[in-house]
Amino acid sequence: MSLDDKLSNVSQSTDMERGILIRKYKNIFLKSLVIFLTVVVTLPLLLVLFYIFKRGISAISWSFLMNLPKPVGETGGGIFNALIGSAIIIGIAAVIAIPFGVSIGVYLSEFRKTKLAYWTLLSVDVLQGIPSIVIGIVIYLWIVKTMGSFSALSGSIALTLMMLPSIIKSTEETLKLIPDTLKEASLSLGVPYYRTILKVILPAGISGILSGVILGIARIAGETAPLLFTAFGNPFTNTNILKPMASLPLVIFNYAISPYDEWHELAWGAAFILIVFILLLNTLTKLAEKKWKVQF
Amino acid sequence: MESTILKSENFSAWFGEHQVLKNINIEIPRNNIVAVMGPSGCGKTTFIRCVNRMHELTNDTRVEGSIFYTKNDIYKMNPIILRRFIGMVFQRPNPFPTMSIYQNVIAGYTLNGASLNKNEKDEIVEDSLNKAALWNEVKDVLHRKGTFLSGGQQQRLCIARALAMKPEILLLDEPTSALDPISTAKIEELLFELKKNYSLLIVTHNMQQAGRVSDRTAFFYLGELIEYNDTKEIFTNPRNEKTQNYITGRFG
Ligand SMILES: Nc1ncnc2c1ncn2[C@@H]1O[C@H](COP(=O)(O)OP(=O)(O)OP(=O)(O)O)[C@@H](O)[C@H]1O
Ligand SMILES: [Mg+2]
Repeated sequence: MSLDDKLSNVSQSTDMERGILIRKYKNIFLKSLVIFLTVVVTLPLLLVLFYIFKRGISAISWSFLMNLPKPVGETGGGIFNALIGSAIIIGIAAVIAIPFGVSIGVYLSEFRKTKLAYWTLLSVDVLQGIPSIVIGIVIYLWIVKTMGSFSALSGSIALTLMMLPSIIKSTEETLKLIPDTLKEASLSLGVPYYRTILKVILPAGISGILSGVILGIARIAGETAPLLFTAFGNPFTNTNILKPMASLPLVIFNYAISPYDEWHELAWGAAFILIVFILLLNTLTKLAEKKWKVQF
Repeated sequence: MESTILKSENFSAWFGEHQVLKNINIEIPRNNIVAVMGPSGCGKTTFIRCVNRMHELTNDTRVEGSIFYTKNDIYKMNPIILRRFIGMVFQRPNPFPTMSIYQNVIAGYTLNGASLNKNEKDEIVEDSLNKAALWNEVKDVLHRKGTFLSGGQQQRLCIARALAMKPEILLLDEPTSALDPISTAKIEELLFELKKNYSLLIVTHNMQQAGRVSDRTAFFYLGELIEYNDTKEIFTNPRNEKTQNYITGRFG
C-alpha cells in the first residue's frame, strides 16, 4: 500500500476522525481554562500596580523628592529623609550581608558533608521562615535595648538577617552546579585552594550570586515590620546610623494610617517609588543573569 | 641508559576502607610515553591522581609508600609546587569558562598572581599553543571564550594551558575518550611531538592508542600492577595470563 492510499484510508475512517475531533475540543478546553485562570490571578496584580502608578505619579515632583515632610495642614512636603534613610539602611544591610552570605554559601557548597554545614543549612531554612516582625522584636531586644536607643544600624542588622538566606541559598545552589573538574583544573596548575575559590569558582558563579544578592535587596526594600522597632523613623534627615532614621516603608506605613489626605498623598508617592525601585531590581537580576551567564 | 623521572615504591592508596592501589612499584623513564591500561575501576585514575597529589583532595583518603619525582619524595614536597612540575590533562576538556582562549593559556600564571608583561604573556601564549598544535586554528580568535571551541580544540587548549607552566611531566587521563577520531588523531600526533621535551603518563582504554603512542605500557588489574614492559613486548608477548586475556579482549 502506498503512502497516499494509507492517508486516504485514514481520512475515510470516521471513527478516527471523531476521536481526533474530541481530542481537539479537549485541547481547546484545557488551554482556555489555563489562560482564564492565569488572567484571573494576573489581572488583580496588574490593577494594583496600575492603581499605585496612577495615584503615585500624581504625587511625584521635584519638591516631593527633595523636601522634608511638612506638618499637617501645610501642602507640599516630601520624602527626602526617607529616601536617604532607605538608601543608608539598605546599603549597610547589603554591605554586612553580602560577605557573610557569600562566604557561608561557599562553605556550604564546598564542605557539604560536614556536620556544621548540615546545621547551618537547617538554620538558614529556619531563618527564612521567621516572620519579619519577630526578627524586628529580637533585634529590638538584643540591640536597641542594649544600646539604649532606636538606630538605623539596628534596622540594618534586622534587614541583614532577612536577606542572608536568599544570598546564602543562591550562592550555595549556584556553586553546587559548577563542575568539580573546574576546581581540579585550577588546582592542577598549582593554584592554591583559596585562590581557586576566589578566582575560578566565584567568577564562574557570579551571575547566580549576583541575582541572589539583588533579589535579597528587593526582598528587604519593602520590609516595614523589622524597622518599626529598630530604625523607628525620623521626621528629619539623619545620616547618623546610631540615631533613628526614616525609610520608605515606614513613611508609607505611618502616613497611610494617618487621617490626613496630604499625608495619604505622600504615602502613595512613596509606594510608587518603592515599587519602581523593586521592579528595577528585578529587571537588573534578569540582566545580570544574562550578561554573566557562564557556559561550561 | 635512560634516567628515571618518576618512581613509586610500595605505593598503596585508599578511599576510606577500600584499598584501590596495592603496592605499586613502577619507574617512568624521562622523555617517554607510558600508557596505563586496565579494566574499568582498576585504579588507573587514582594512580595518576596520586602522582600530582590530587587524590588527597577527596575526603577520607590516604596513601602509603612513596613516589619519587627525580630524587624528591613527592609526599614531602609542597603539593602546590609539585603540581607546577607535574601538569595534568583531564578526561573531559575543562577550559575556564569565564576566560578567553588567551587567558586560559596563561591561567596558571595569572591565577597564581604572577605579574607578566604583555610581551612575556604573548610569548607564552603563542609558544604553548604552538606546542599544543592549536595556534594556527585560534590565532585570530584568541579573545573569544575557550568554551566556544570544539571538544578536540578545547582539549588541546587544556594541554596548552598545562604546557604553559613548563612542567616536566604531563599526566593525561583518557584525554581522547570524549573526542571524535580526527581530534583523537591530532592529539596522538601531538603526544608524539611532546615526548621530546616532556615525560608523559597517559591513561587509556583504547589498546590501539596505547600501541600507537606509547613506549612502555603498564597493565593494572584490581589495584595491582600486573605487568609493565615495553609496549611491543606487552602486546606481542605478554608474560602474565591476565594481561594476555585483557589484550585479546577476553575481559575488561
Ligand atoms: N571519589 C571516590 N570515592 C570512593 N571510591 C572511589 C572514588 N573514586 C574512585 N573510587 C574507587 O576507586 C577504584 C578505582 O577507581 P579509578 O577511578 O582509579 O578507576 P579507573 O581505573 O580510572 O577506572 P575507569 O577506567 O573507569 O576510569 C574504583 O573501585 C572506584 O570505585
Ligand atoms: Mg579513570
